[in-house]
Amino acid sequence: MMPVPPQNVVIVSLLLFGIGVLGVLTRRNAIIILMSIELMMNAANLNLVAFSRQHAHLTGQVFGVFTITVAAGEVAVGLAIVLALYRQFNSIHVDDVRLMKE
Amino acid sequence: MTPGPEAILFYVLSAVAVGAGVQVIASRNPIHSAIGLVTSFLAIAGLYVLLHAEFVAAVQVLVYAGGIMVLFLFVIMLVNLRDRPPLRPRLRGAFAAAAGLLAIGSMLVAAGRGRLLGTAAGGPGTAATGNLEAVGTALFTEALLPFEIASVLLLVAMVGAIVLARDLGRE
Repeated sequence: MMPVPPQNVVIVSLLLFGIGVLGVLTRRNAIIILMSIELMMNAANLNLVAFSRQHAHLTGQVFGVFTITVAAGEVAVGLAIVLALYRQFNSIHVDDVRLMKE
Repeated sequence: MTPGPEAILFYVLSAVAVGAGVQVIASRNPIHSAIGLVTSFLAIAGLYVLLHAEFVAAVQVLVYAGGIMVLFLFVIMLVNLRDRPPLRPRLRGAFAAAAGLLAIGSMLVAAGRGRLLGTAAGGPGTAATGNLEAVGTALFTEALLPFEIASVLLLVAMVGAIVLARDLGRE
């Protein structure tokens, strides 16, 4: 028996994911966009762990560990790209990067 | 029915996680966003403890709140320092610090409660062997191939990050 109904965990996860989507869509700072992506991955991970608990099966937690691993690699590469962008354009606003548009 | 202490903790931690998430995308200063992000991560780690996923919670604190946040702060410092006003102590920062402390305290309380009550709720692998042992066994038996692939993925990410961040012009 869970202390809270699992749909409440899903609602929290949904809110976090929505915040992440909103951040990606509205912010123009590349670092903030990466942070929003991290929020979305955390929301997905919360769902995995919640359903692992719900079904009393460990696969969700194992998958969560893998998700965190992938997130770490993604952040490292993403921030390296941000650094390269900054060297190239002297800015990290995604509106300033439009090489393939023009 | 009245909500038990675990339910209250759950709602507090959820509110902290969501509120700090809002701070991530709402604040103008990237440093404040980073503080909101680490607060959110710690609150989510508390939620993992409540869901009896102690190993995932520990990994969350170590990798997210430790490693990833340091990366973010380093890049913010490297990139974003100019044309920013100097940092001043603000109410919002104090709120984020208090929320983070609250999250950590709640985690400690939840951990202590789990030990006191003997985790009678009986989630996966919590009864006798402990969550860490169960997850470790699963990682090294049924998930062995993904585990090894993840290590290769980390190596590739490391090499890629170094190649991307290297200053090619100054060699």
